[in-house]
Amino acid sequence: MNGVGIVSYGAYVPHFRITPDDIGKVWGVDGKAMGKGLMISSKSVPAPDEDTITISVEAARNMMKRCDINPKDIGALYVGSESHPYAVKPTGTIVAEAIEAAPDLTVADLEFACKAGTAALQTCMGLVGAGMVKYAVAVGADTSQGAPGDALEYSASAGGAAFLIGKEKVIATIDNTYSYTTDTPDFWRREGKLFPRHGGRFTGEPAYFKHVVSGGMGLFEKTGTEPKDYEYAVFHQPNGKFPTRVARQLGFAEDQMRTGLLVPTIGNTYSGAVPLGLAAILDEAKPGDRIFAVAYGSGAGSDAFDIRVTDEMARFGRDLAPTMTEIMANPKYLDYATYAKYKGKIVKGRD
Amino acid sequence: MATAPRFWRENPSRYNLVGFKCNNCGNHYFPPRIICPLCRRKSVGKIEPVRLKGTGTIFSFTEVHEGMDEQNMQRPYIVAMVELDEGARITGQVIDCDARDLSIGTEVRATLRKLSEEGSSGVIHYGYKFIPLCNGPAASENE
Amino acid sequence: MRRVAVIGTGITEFGELWDSSFRKLGIGAGLAAVEDAKISAEQIDAMYVGNMSAGRFIRQEHVGALIADYSGLVKDHVPATRVEAAGASGGLALRQGFLAVASGLHDIVVVGGAEKMTDVSDTESSMIQSSAADQEWETELGATFAGLHALIATRHMHEHGTTREQLADVAVKNHKHGSLNPKAQFRREINRDVVLRSPIVASPLRMFDCAPSSDGAAAVVLCPLENAEKYAEVPVEIVGSGQASDSLALHNRKDICTMSATRVASDRAFAMAGLSQDDVDVAEVHDNFTISEVLAVEDLGFFAKGEGGKATEDGRTSLEGDVAINTSGGLKARGDPIGATGVAQAVEIVTQLRGTAEKRQVKDADVGLAQNVGGTGATAVVHLFRRA
Repeated sequence: MNGVGIVSYGAYVPHFRITPDDIGKVWGVDGKAMGKGLMISSKSVPAPDEDTITISVEAARNMMKRCDINPKDIGALYVGSESHPYAVKPTGTIVAEAIEAAPDLTVADLEFACKAGTAALQTCMGLVGAGMVKYAVAVGADTSQGAPGDALEYSASAGGAAFLIGKEKVIATIDNTYSYTTDTPDFWRREGKLFPRHGGRFTGEPAYFKHVVSGGMGLFEKTGTEPKDYEYAVFHQPNGKFPTRVARQLGFAEDQMRTGLLVPTIGNTYSGAVPLGLAAILDEAKPGDRIFAVAYGSGAGSDAFDIRVTDEMARFGRDLAPTMTEIMANPKYLDYATYAKYKGKIVKGRD
Repeated sequence: MATAPRFWRENPSRYNLVGFKCNNCGNHYFPPRIICPLCRRKSVGKIEPVRLKGTGTIFSFTEVHEGMDEQNMQRPYIVAMVELDEGARITGQVIDCDARDLSIGTEVRATLRKLSEEGSSGVIHYGYKFIPLCNGPAASENE
Repeated sequence: MRRVAVIGTGITEFGELWDSSFRKLGIGAGLAAVEDAKISAEQIDAMYVGNMSAGRFIRQEHVGALIADYSGLVKDHVPATRVEAAGASGGLALRQGFLAVASGLHDIVVVGGAEKMTDVSDTESSMIQSSAADQEWETELGATFAGLHALIATRHMHEHGTTREQLADVAVKNHKHGSLNPKAQFRREINRDVVLRSPIVASPLRMFDCAPSSDGAAAVVLCPLENAEKYAEVPVEIVGSGQASDSLALHNRKDICTMSATRVASDRAFAMAGLSQDDVDVAEVHDNFTISEVLAVEDLGFFAKGEGGKATEDGRTSLEGDVAINTSGGLKARGDPIGATGVAQAVEIVTQLRGTAEKRQVKDADVGLAQNVGGTGATAVVHLFRRA
């Protein structure tokens, strides 16, 4: 696509974790078994002073550390999330100020459940490809909510990644993208409500699997490729089970998706999921490597990408910001009481 | 409760540690001022806004157990006076660590976090806090 | 410049005075001082009122006029001025009164200080106290007033080897002194363990390292020394008055273990008085936190830098020590109704120099000092008193 691609990237995951075992203890659930079924051994927990804005800023700053472009050359910035701290007032303006890209740029927040980050990526590709802006930033980040006691509580976590899209010094070209969209109410959160609701098993076959498989197949068709053409594959990962099964359905082997599968240690980062998986892959990918990525957003839709690492990667300042391995290393584990306090689930005496 | 502009006008310093360098004495200060507190009139026209790097060392610190309403849910939390590499000193929270992992001289870097919010329907204020550079490896061995 | 004397003192009880309003407290102290000086209302030329934050504590500004009104002074339209410098408001009001009499502008001046702190919650009260620090660049970032003093303590322990026990000894001594003062908020002795086991407020400071929230008021009456004997059996002269400022935020000071404003204000006061530290028998210092007293006794020049903790531990600041520090119980035990504190310090020193301090009387007290601090040391006011 006109040589448009990723010029830099940065990621961030909060320092804290909780295990399904500790969550299960509170609700009389065998959390260990639950975690095993979901293939989640821990999930990230944002500190009380973290939200989608602070996570987006940290990821975007890590992205800026890895390149030496003038932030004033950024012409567009989009933050995709389903947990923007404000219902009205953009997350993106604060991110733009924090990386000193303001004021000469366009900014907007996007929402499409868990695929708002990749929707931002596509928007940036279009703007850069059309020559409307020199560089554009796409962020996917979330501090997702699971209602206390709900199945989602075992997986809903926090994290995000940012991508600088441009045409010069591109470390990975995004050669193709395909999206598949239908109206499918599998998961939603109404305006003004704290916690989302979901359709239980309806979120599986007719929602996640149908859309991810259709998105993947559509991209194969559009690009004339097949699974063995790719070194890496990353899928939306609400748990470990879904992406593992969908990879198999699409014909990918386990070792192709191992690097991008972060959900077992950090949980479901929603809009951050595929962006973070992609960041983990870019941390180790070599020039010439090809990456297959499919994000899924409830509601429902999928965004699929065909990405190829360029020779520029050899000269790229990967070490100038922490890698996913470093970001995820040495977390601090919380008990459920502290977790509830951090997530604001404790009713305060006064507000 | 304060109105939004009171906080908003300080955003460059709160988000990006914009302080200043006095080009008369060469010292860095935070936050910005109209004149250098040492050079006074000699500094007029020689005050240069500077974005401080945000790295430095802990000059002193405390773990606050009885805090303000804003930080109530974070209790206990750590507040430090940080000596930035440019020489300016600054006060802020140190986060994502335990007080027992800190000492005078611990290296820290600035990050952006929520400082406070004007109730559940008001403006959210963001600004700098500090994270130990060694956060993780050394810090979590005892945990 | 005329020489100035204190001819009357008045002080209310300090504490959680649920049934006393701000105005009731202010007038109570003022009337007692006027009574003590045996003057009549018509003789009063002016009034100065030290108050930190009535606007936030009781939502009432314009408290100069309020106190003048309820004291019956508006009949003669006596000028009343409110003075504010956070914790140093009272000391600064005294200085304004001193300057007014010394200049020859006024002959009889009443200086009052008052604060009503318990009409708001404890959290609200500590937020108000924190506004004495830099609201934009300290408090908004999470630094409480106790937290800022804890930064000083951590650093003082690091640089000078001051121990946690020595800080406790400040509180132990001041509670002991408070037990001898019938007007003190806390009149019970404590030991080290009580301090060391009390809840942490901001490490290393614990609850018993902190002065309480208090209601209370104090007042003194000033006149030219040459007229003092008309009103007082034992007039006490204000022989030195010094004031100094420093950066509002603690982090802008090179050395946070020294309150330079205290050092400079005391140098100025001693120079005016022609006295030295050796001449001082009794001193009231601003122990809003135990670490503050350690800094004070060093910065006032009673002990070398770094020796304040040791001196306290060795009993050199007790009633029988080299210099008796905080015989009233200090802010810690007498109580700290912020705007009243600086005036209450003057009341205690005058009481000592008159020789009427009873059980806590320092023998042959001739020269006394009062040090009053605003914020973390951005304002310091030091006064020297001598029996006339």
